[in-house]
Amino acid sequence: MIVYQLISLSKEFREKGNTVEAVKNVNLNIEKGKIYGIIGFSGAGKSTLVRCLNLLEVPTSGKVIFNGKNLLNISPAELRKCRQKIGMIFQSFNLLSQRNVVDNVCYPLEIAGVKRKEAKQKALELLEMVGLKEKAKSYPSQLSGGQKQRVAIARALATSPDVLLCDEATSALDPITTTSILELLKEINQKLGVTIIIITHEMKVVELICDHVAVMSEGTVVEQGEVKEIFVNPKAEITKKLVLNKALDASDTGRNFLRIVFEGQSAFEPILSSLVLECNTMVNILGANTENIGGKAYGQMLIELPKDSSVVNKIKKFLDSKSVYYEEGGIAG
Amino acid sequence: MSEQMLEILKNGIWETLYMTVVSTAFSYLFGIPLGVVLYITDKKGICQNKIINFVVGIIVNMIRSVPFLILLVAILPFTRFIVGTTIGSNATIVPLVVAATPFVARMVESSLKEIDFGVIEAAKAMGSSVGQIIFKVLLPEAKPSLLLGGTISLATILGYSAMAGFVGGGGLGAIAINYGYYRYQGEIMWITVALLVVIVQLFQEIGLHLARRVDKR
Repeated sequence: MIVYQLISLSKEFREKGNTVEAVKNVNLNIEKGKIYGIIGFSGAGKSTLVRCLNLLEVPTSGKVIFNGKNLLNISPAELRKCRQKIGMIFQSFNLLSQRNVVDNVCYPLEIAGVKRKEAKQKALELLEMVGLKEKAKSYPSQLSGGQKQRVAIARALATSPDVLLCDEATSALDPITTTSILELLKEINQKLGVTIIIITHEMKVVELICDHVAVMSEGTVVEQGEVKEIFVNPKAEITKKLVLNKALDASDTGRNFLRIVFEGQSAFEPILSSLVLECNTMVNILGANTENIGGKAYGQMLIELPKDSSVVNKIKKFLDSKSVYYEEGGIAG
Repeated sequence: MSEQMLEILKNGIWETLYMTVVSTAFSYLFGIPLGVVLYITDKKGICQNKIINFVVGIIVNMIRSVPFLILLVAILPFTRFIVGTTIGSNATIVPLVVAATPFVARMVESSLKEIDFGVIEAAKAMGSSVGQIIFKVLLPEAKPSLLLGGTISLATILGYSAMAGFVGGGGLGAIAINYGYYRYQGEIMWITVALLVVIVQLFQEIGLHLARRVDKR
């Protein structure tokens, strides 16, 4: 089932005679229950796109169809009803600073007309789920960034939405907190079946929890598909840049390299050591970015290619036999 | 100082407090809605409306630029229409409210502008109506700043009320003018000034204390 359908969506900003096309003719279908990542560098238009999904930004043209209704054609009252089914969290959390934690979570229920007692009970349940029940009476200023985002998540879920929009929700957080927030989002997706749309500039976020990904550049979606597919075999130039993040970029070293992609092989299998033994060669690791998720290895590694082409062939054969994906790169690559 | 003079000063203090507090209350009654209108109809506001924003802005600026003493005299017929007289404390309240309302409106507007815009967007994203945003987000979030603005307004209105003494208004200002200025009793004038200073100081301290106590940031 499709929750969101975007049809040739465009958004222009006009400022003093200057027109900036932030989003250009985007078509996207978002399936229920999935986690979607929309990734791109700053200025790619991804934030504008997600803000068009709940009409915080009104598209210049196109259709935003949510649960079968074009949000651009409905009355303001109907739009407010729809928005109660579209949760949203932000980079800057946006909690009400003069309300304590539990009252923040109660806010969307309050405006939806839920009775105070019921609202409070639901809010406490949600706070328990995000692990902050004991902070119910605290004020946002007394919380850490990660805790604030947890409160924001609880608040966004209060009206049992179908979709949760995350606009750079982890960009203001440190790596460890980011991972814990992403784990929470995954848990929410699995437990409650909420469709999640994540805007980010970090490939890691997409890798860790998304099922699908759309890559944006200059206002258009340049590539989309399953995360595994895109990660293993990026086609667009911009996707390659995102996948091969800076730490792993060996293209300026002037050396030929091989990018080996791990996509869920057993983390306990010593692939590289086997490669060294089997091919009887030494490898120089230029960079690596791997993660052990539930006993499976995800990530990538760059190794320098030996000069001898027969050894190179041996290495390739070995990787083929282990069905590990690889890609050559470098000056002569 | 004579027994009689003390009685006069006591009355003066009471009248000044009465005029100031009642005028401030009325100014906020009218000033808060005006300030909210100025804020929400401004560009980037939740109810953008250039015409309303422009018209309200012009009226507010016009009244604010008229010197208080001139305004006081100019609206005497209006004052008589409202309270039936043009002398005494009640008659002073009318021009005080007229003069202070636009001032308060701008104070309220600037307090609202301090609110992080993201919070308003979040409220919008959650499906809040304009009324809900005003009463559940804007005003509560601006509360500490509004209270601070309130103390500034109180002190300003107190100053205006003293000026009203020149045209038959009551309070400490009238005593300073009638005894100190017209009858050359400098001593009385300084006593009233000192009393005014004490009152302003009290308002300021109480306001600051309240604002700090309610602020959860």
